[in-house]
Amino acid sequence: MALLEVENLETNFYTEEGKVKAVNDISYDIEAGERFGVVGESGAGKSVTSLSVMGLIENPGSIDNGEIRFKGENLLEASEERLQEIRGAEIAMIFQEPQSALNPVYTVGEQIAEAIRKHMDLSGDEVKERAIDMLRRVGIPDPEERYDNYPHQFSGGMQQRAVIAIALSCDPELIVADEPTTALDVTIEAQILELLEELSEEFDVAIQLITHDLGVVAEICNRVMVMYAGKAVEKAPVEELYYNPKHPYTVGLMGSIPRIGDGRNRLDTIPGSMPDLVQLPPGCSFHPRCPYAEEACTQREPPLVDVDTGEPVEGLSESEHTAACLEYTGELQGELEFEVEITDDAGSTGVDT
Amino acid sequence: MSLQRYLIKRLFLTVFILFSVSVLTFSLVALLPGNVVDFILQFQQITPELRAELYAQYNLDEPIWTRYLLWIFDAMQGDFGNSIISDRSVSGAIAARLPQTVLLGLLGFVISMGIGIPAGVVAAVNKGETTDEVSRVGALLGIATPNFWLGLMLILVFSVELGWFRVIPPVDIPLLSFPMLKFMILPAITLGTASAALIMRLTRSAMVEQLNKDYVRTARAKGLSERTVIIKHVLRNSLISVVTVAALQIAFIVDGTVVVEQVFSWPGVGRLLIQAITQRDFPIIQAVVLLVATTIVFANLLADILYSVLDPRIRY
Amino acid sequence: MTERQPTTQRGRIRVTGFDGSVIEERDEFSWEADESTVARGRWERAWKRFKTNRTALFGLAIIGLMAFFAIFARPITVAGIPIQPISLAPFEPGASNFGAVLEPPSLTHPFGTDWSGKDMFSRIIYGGRFSLSIGFIAVSLALAVGVPLGSIAGYYGGLIDDIIMRIVDILYSFPFLVLAIALIAVLGQGFWKLILALVLVVWIGYARIIRGEILSVKENEYVLAARALGARDRSIIFRHIVPNAIAPVIVQATLGIGTIVLLAAALGFLGLGLEPGTSEWGSMLSQGRDSLIQGDWWVTVFPGLAIFLFVLSINLVGDGIRDAIDPQGDLGGGPR
Repeated sequence: MALLEVENLETNFYTEEGKVKAVNDISYDIEAGERFGVVGESGAGKSVTSLSVMGLIENPGSIDNGEIRFKGENLLEASEERLQEIRGAEIAMIFQEPQSALNPVYTVGEQIAEAIRKHMDLSGDEVKERAIDMLRRVGIPDPEERYDNYPHQFSGGMQQRAVIAIALSCDPELIVADEPTTALDVTIEAQILELLEELSEEFDVAIQLITHDLGVVAEICNRVMVMYAGKAVEKAPVEELYYNPKHPYTVGLMGSIPRIGDGRNRLDTIPGSMPDLVQLPPGCSFHPRCPYAEEACTQREPPLVDVDTGEPVEGLSESEHTAACLEYTGELQGELEFEVEITDDAGSTGVDT
Repeated sequence: MSLQRYLIKRLFLTVFILFSVSVLTFSLVALLPGNVVDFILQFQQITPELRAELYAQYNLDEPIWTRYLLWIFDAMQGDFGNSIISDRSVSGAIAARLPQTVLLGLLGFVISMGIGIPAGVVAAVNKGETTDEVSRVGALLGIATPNFWLGLMLILVFSVELGWFRVIPPVDIPLLSFPMLKFMILPAITLGTASAALIMRLTRSAMVEQLNKDYVRTARAKGLSERTVIIKHVLRNSLISVVTVAALQIAFIVDGTVVVEQVFSWPGVGRLLIQAITQRDFPIIQAVVLLVATTIVFANLLADILYSVLDPRIRY
Repeated sequence: MTERQPTTQRGRIRVTGFDGSVIEERDEFSWEADESTVARGRWERAWKRFKTNRTALFGLAIIGLMAFFAIFARPITVAGIPIQPISLAPFEPGASNFGAVLEPPSLTHPFGTDWSGKDMFSRIIYGGRFSLSIGFIAVSLALAVGVPLGSIAGYYGGLIDDIIMRIVDILYSFPFLVLAIALIAVLGQGFWKLILALVLVVWIGYARIIRGEILSVKENEYVLAARALGARDRSIIFRHIVPNAIAPVIVQATLGIGTIVLLAAALGFLGLGLEPGTSEWGSMLSQGRDSLIQGDWWVTVFPGLAIFLFVLSINLVGDGIRDAIDPQGDLGGGPR
C-alpha cells in the first residue's frame, strides 16, 4: 500500500460557461519518501489535483468521483475535523507565491508556531523552540531574531524557506508543493530545490512537486506524471521519461526547450494551445496539436497503458512506464516519428534507433 | 520608515492641515462682499453702538492677516467672541450644547458600528447565500433613505401613532437621566442607520477581498479550524479597512447630527449652527465649523496612528 | 508499432522529429474546434453585462419614469416659445387653495394637500425637476473640475501633485453637509448658488479617485511604450491613461448623483436650499414636520418617498455599472 493512492479522481467546476472538467479521471500513487513530479502546462489541472488531495476545493468546484487514500484512509469520506487533523500534520502544502502565502500582520515565527500548537502537544516554550529550530533547518540565518520578523522583512527566497518551515513543522509524511519555485529567481530556485531534496531525504518526507518546468522535475523527482487537459498522458520513472519519452505531448514539451549551442534556427513548439476544458476534443484531447494524429485518434480516447504490453497496469509498479496514446494499444497505423538524440558528456553522438 | 518618523511626519501634516482649516474657516467671512457688518445689516437692524462694537470685535480696521491672527489667537484660548444676536459668549453657547451633541453622536456611532461590522462580516462569510443577499438589500435601503425622512417617519409611527416616545425632548432634567435617554432612542437609531448601512457594505467588501487572498489558503492548509481562519487571520487583516471606515463615519455622523437635531428638536450644537445660519451670526458659524473640522482632523490622525499599530508593514 | 530500443546512454538530450508544421498542412479531422470568440472591446462587454442586470435596468426605468414626469409636469417655455406644452400635473404646483387645507389623499388630490392647500401630487412630480437637474448638473460640473485636476496631479506628480492633494486633504476635513451649509451662509440661497456649493464640496472625491487610478495605471507598460514612441504628455493622458482610469470615476459619479440629491434635500429640509416654498422635495419635508404632529402623514411620507425612490434607483444603476465594468471587484475607488 502506497502512502498516497489517488484513484479515478474527478474534480469539476460548475461555472457560467459550463462544467469545467479540471481533473478528469486521474490515478496515481506516491510511496513513502518518494518525490513525485506532476508536469504540465498552465490549465492542465495540476493545482486542482493537489487542492483536491488536501480537500481545499471550494465553490463552484466539487470532487465528483474517485478515492483518495492516504495511508489507507479515504480522505474524500473523512469529516472536516479529521481533514483538519491531517492538514499540516500529515499532509502539508507549499504554494507558489511566498509573499502572499504569508499573513502580513503576524510574525513569521508565530505563523510556524501556530501550526505546531494546533497539532502537537508541547508547552509554550517548546513550541517556540521548535519553530526556531525549523527556521534553522531550512537555512535561515539568525533564526532566533528572524522569529520575530514580519514576512515583508524577508526576501523572496527566505519567504519560501519560511513557508517550507511551516510545512515541515509538524513532521508531515507528504508535502504537496505547488510550483514552489516559479516565482523565484533561477539561483534561488536552485537553492530551494536542493533544500527540498535534502529535507526529503533527511526526514523521509514524500513530495508531490507540481510544476510546468521540466528542468525542475529532472532535478529532484523520482517519478513523473505528465498531465494534459485534466488527464494523465504519461507516467514514468524520471530517467525513463527523459531518455525514453513515449507520449507525443511529452516529446513536444521536451522538444520545445531551447538549448545553448543548438544548431537549429527555429524552436520546435507545439502549435495551438490547451483546449477549453468545457469543450474537450473528442477522442484523444491532444489530437488537434499532435503531428502523428490519425482519424482513429478522434474516435477513441486512448487509455493509459503500459508502453510495452499495451495493457492497463494493475497494482503498483515503481518502474511502470505508461502512456495514453493509441500507438501503445496497437491501434495507430502510422509511426511516432521522433528521435531522441543523446550526447554524452564526452561529446560523441549516439542516435537512438 | 520607522514608526517614530512616520508619526512625526503625520503630526506635522496635522498641524499644517489645522492651520489651513482655520484659514479657510476664517476666510468664509472674508469672502463676503463688503464686510461682515454690512452683510449683517441686510438681515437685521443694528444700533450704531452695536455696529461700533462689531467693528471692534472684528477688527475691521486692521488688514486681513492681522484679523486672522487675532481671531485664531483668541480661538486657541477658547474665546470666539460674542454672538451678534444675543451678545453672549460663543464658546459658552457651544459648551452648553456640546454634551448633548456628543452623547447623541456617540450613541449613533455605537449603533452604526455595532450593527454594521457584524452584518458585514456575516455577509462576507456567507457570500452569495440568502443572508448575504438580505444584508445587501438592507444596506441599500439604509443608504437610500434620507435620514431626516427616516426620523420623521419614526416620529410618525412611534411617537404620534403609537405614543411610545415623546415628540420633543423633556426639559429641565439632567442629560443622563432615564427620560432623556429614552427620548434619545429614536434620534440615535435615525443617526446610526445610514451609517450602519455604509459600514456594513465596506466591511463586507474588505472581508471579501481578504478572503480571496493566498494566506487564507495557507491557514486552511495548516489544518486550522474555519473559525480560527476567519477571526484570527481574515478579520485581523480587515481591521485596517474597518478603521478607515470608522474614521469616515465621524464626518458622516457629524453631518447626520446636524439634521437629526433639527428633526427631534434636540438642543445640540447642530441646532445652534442652523439657527446661526438663518440669523447670519458669523462668530457662531465660524466657531462651530472650526470645531467640527478640528474634530475630524484629530479623528483622522487617530485613524492613522491605529493603522501603524495594526499594519506592521507601516511600522518597519 | 514503432520499433524503439530503450537506451542505456546518458547525457544531454535533444529531441527531433516533432514537426508542428505537419498539423497545419494536413486535412482537418471530422471534428474541429470552435472558433474562439472575437475579442470585444471592454466597453462593449460591459454594456452587454449591464443589459442583463435586471435590478439595474429596473432602477434605470424608475429614473426614466421620474424624469418623464418631471419634464412633462408643466410646460417649459424658452424665450416665450413653448417647447414642451404638456401639463401632466393636475394643479399648478404653486397655487394655494386655502379652502382645501391639509386634506388627506383623495381622488382629486392623490397625495393630499399641504398647509396652504397646494396639491401634493402636482408638487411632487414637478419637484422632480429640481432634484434631477441639481443632481445631474452638480455631478457633471464636479467631474469637470475634479477629473482634470486629479489627472494632472496623478500624472505629473511632484509639486503640483502635493499642492492639489493638500487642498484635497484640507477640504476633506470638513464634513459634506457642514461645508455646504457654511458655503450657503456666505453665498446665499438660490439655484445656482446651491449648485456651486455642492460642486465645491463634491469635486474632491473624483479628483482623489482618478489620481489614485492614474498613479497605478501610469506604471503600466503601455504608457512607457507610448512615451518611448515620443507621444506628447497630453496625448498620453487622454488617449491611454484616462480611458483605463475612468471606470471607478464613472461608478462613483453615478452614485454621486444620489449623494448630491440627498445633500440638496437635506439643505432644503433645513431651509437652506432653494427659496422657501419651492416644490423641491427636501423643502417640502421641512414644512411637513409641523403637520406631522397633527397626524397629517401625507405631507411627510410622499416627498420623502420620492427622494428615497430616486436615490435607491440611482444606487441600483450605479451598482449595476460597477458590476458591469468590474465584475471581479478589482478596481479601487472607495467611499465618498
